[in-house]
Amino acid sequence: MATNGTARRSTRRPTRLAAIGVSALVTGSLLAGCADDGGSDSDTGRASDGDITLNVGLFGTFGFQEAGLYEEYEKLNPGVRIEQSVVERNENYYPQLLTRLASNSGLADVQAVEVANIAEVTATQADKFVDLGGQEGVDQGDWFDWKWQQGTTADGRTIALGTDIGPMAICYRKDHFEAAGLPTERAEVSKLWAGDWEKYLETGEAFMADGPDDVAWVDSASGLYSAAISSSESRYYDEDGEVVYKDNPDVRAAWDIATAAAEAGMTDRHEQFTPPWDKAMNNGTFATLSCPAWMLGYIQDKGGDKSADLWDVADAPRPGNWGGSFLGVPETAKNKEEAAKFVAWLTAPEQQAKLFEERGSFPSAPASYETPAVADATHDYFGDAPIGEIFARAAQDIPTQIIGPKDQIIAENIGRSGVRQVEQKGLSPEDAWQEAVKAVDNALDE
Amino acid sequence: MTTTGTPAAPPRPGGGAAPPEERPTAQERRRARRSRRYQRDVRWSPYAFVAPFFLFFGAFGLFPLLYTGWASLHRVSLTAPTEMEWAGLHNFTRLLEDEFFWNALRNTFTIGVLSTVPQLLMALGLAHVLNYRLRGSTFFRVVMLAPYATSVAAATLVFVMLYGRDYGMINWALGFVGIDAVDWQNGTWTSQFAVSTIVIWRWTGYNTLIYLAAMQAVPRDLYESAALDGASRWQQFLHVTVPSLRPTILFTVVVSTIGATQLFGEVLLFSSGGGAAGGINHQYQTLGLYLYEQGWVNLHLGRASAIAWMMFLILLLIALVNLLVARRLRKSQ
Repeated sequence: MATNGTARRSTRRPTRLAAIGVSALVTGSLLAGCADDGGSDSDTGRASDGDITLNVGLFGTFGFQEAGLYEEYEKLNPGVRIEQSVVERNENYYPQLLTRLASNSGLADVQAVEVANIAEVTATQADKFVDLGGQEGVDQGDWFDWKWQQGTTADGRTIALGTDIGPMAICYRKDHFEAAGLPTERAEVSKLWAGDWEKYLETGEAFMADGPDDVAWVDSASGLYSAAISSSESRYYDEDGEVVYKDNPDVRAAWDIATAAAEAGMTDRHEQFTPPWDKAMNNGTFATLSCPAWMLGYIQDKGGDKSADLWDVADAPRPGNWGGSFLGVPETAKNKEEAAKFVAWLTAPEQQAKLFEERGSFPSAPASYETPAVADATHDYFGDAPIGEIFARAAQDIPTQIIGPKDQIIAENIGRSGVRQVEQKGLSPEDAWQEAVKAVDNALDE
Repeated sequence: MTTTGTPAAPPRPGGGAAPPEERPTAQERRRARRSRRYQRDVRWSPYAFVAPFFLFFGAFGLFPLLYTGWASLHRVSLTAPTEMEWAGLHNFTRLLEDEFFWNALRNTFTIGVLSTVPQLLMALGLAHVLNYRLRGSTFFRVVMLAPYATSVAAATLVFVMLYGRDYGMINWALGFVGIDAVDWQNGTWTSQFAVSTIVIWRWTGYNTLIYLAAMQAVPRDLYESAALDGASRWQQFLHVTVPSLRPTILFTVVVSTIGATQLFGEVLLFSSGGGAAGGINHQYQTLGLYLYEQGWVNLHLGRASAIAWMMFLILLLIALVNLLVARRLRKSQ
């Protein structure tokens, strides 16, 4: 060791000084980097020539950009540029939005909120959003009242405007229906279960008896539960904002439908939005699927050419809403006036209709249902089904449900720990309900 | 070490003679100054060198740790992280009767054992084999490390496909030998086994290389004398290799245990939908995943912080056990 000590010593000093210098530099710049966060991009909003860039924070696939709506707005408003950043899954997007709201940094000029989170946002984050109710060009009458109210706080501030909604239908496979001796024409199919989920189950029993052996009636029990609860009068909260899911007969009714289907072996035992579910869709191993308007694109995408013209769309047993979103403008947005103007334009009936035409997101503004873009819309993948008419009919009759702040968590836990345990592990509905209640209560307890 | 001993430094020219009595010249003063500077340098620059680490540790390790501890004593929601309501030790005492917490602790333990034990045994065996003169040994060593270089997410997604119930390759292969399709994800043991295989696949190579490095430091003559005494290869492995590797084995055990306690990415991505619940019956929810579920799905930051601190305490406990074992080992040697 000592032999090369002298040799090393001669070079030691400069290296050491350099090392100290470098480490000090690195530390300094990194610490400065921490302190600087948020401040550094504060001036990107307004470029030197007076142009404005609006940032839009989204999750999933809204399709504004793909539908050419940004481009159109930029043309109508010279000097405004629109950029979007998208987080793929809402479960990652929403916690990020909350932390950014809390720390008041990193927020975009426009932020999207999913219907599952809108009640929590209006209840806890309202003072961090701009009131869009009085914005020029915003007419409350354009929207469904329930959609408008969901984005409005108890004291009447409308902090988020509705974009799309998810009126439900039932997508079904004509080839499997034919094989089972069931009608395949959509009006007749709708009649099979009109008004009652029980009838949907009865049709399912007939299908399981006479249909192809390796085809299930419905894709998944938890998906069926989501559909059934979406179409009921009430859900997990009562008018006073109390959590009442345990004693709510509507919840039990949806539960009974889903667990009955699971126990009878009518489900294909998949979890929705997973790769095996996609494959099952492609292979056609289930005959029906509750499909909100936004699901059609998904079915087409996963079904591919193989399933072209095999699917069709019928009315759901009862109309309901599954999904949909809102747009809001944070108070600390760099260009909040411009952003509010943009949101008002983007959520106006004409633009909603255009988004439906291009991307299939169904408008939350009934005013747009009269326009040809919606009224005459058909879908060639689904045997030219008049989807504009079908979904508009469903949308008009969507029940006004009370959405609570923790709706999503309650729904998820009932679906997973409850319904899926009946379906996947053969638990009795009673035991599974106990498991679900335990999981929900643990998740709600602060 | 004795063979490379340094010969004593030759006396410096003029060394040994008494220095002439003179006033300190400018040169000497400079020398004295330089010597003082040198002493300061020797004394303080090590601190400067370690300072960046401790600054970073303070900012990104210690502060979050303490703040998490503070948050764990409060009711905090992610919807308003700055509004804390004092809750005392409630978040900790509730864990005692929180069956989901105990379930997660149990899962962490069983998955930890299921993954660590086979992994280390296999690594030891593989290292022993690689320690022989092999054609293309570098190739094998690189291949060993390839899984370690793969991202957790990529590896897990592939394994999820392999373990699929309806379209998975493993069930397809089992079908050839007449075994019915196994529902890997929904069974308790099957899912934990499947998760363990991901961990084993990723970390065996890493441990193999560590063992291999330690084995190559074992003096050859020990093996030669053992061979002269008539020890078979297996006996050499048992009586020469393993005892020499003791400190290394202890190290890998500690590192794997810490890794197992913090297991997160594999279990998060193991449900094909990606979920923090760890299966429909929470059957493979680990502590890390439960923490994540409470904090980022249920938005209860206070509860999540308490779980984080419990994990920290568990790790301290493991470190303590490790210390005692290490001391015992050293004494017995």
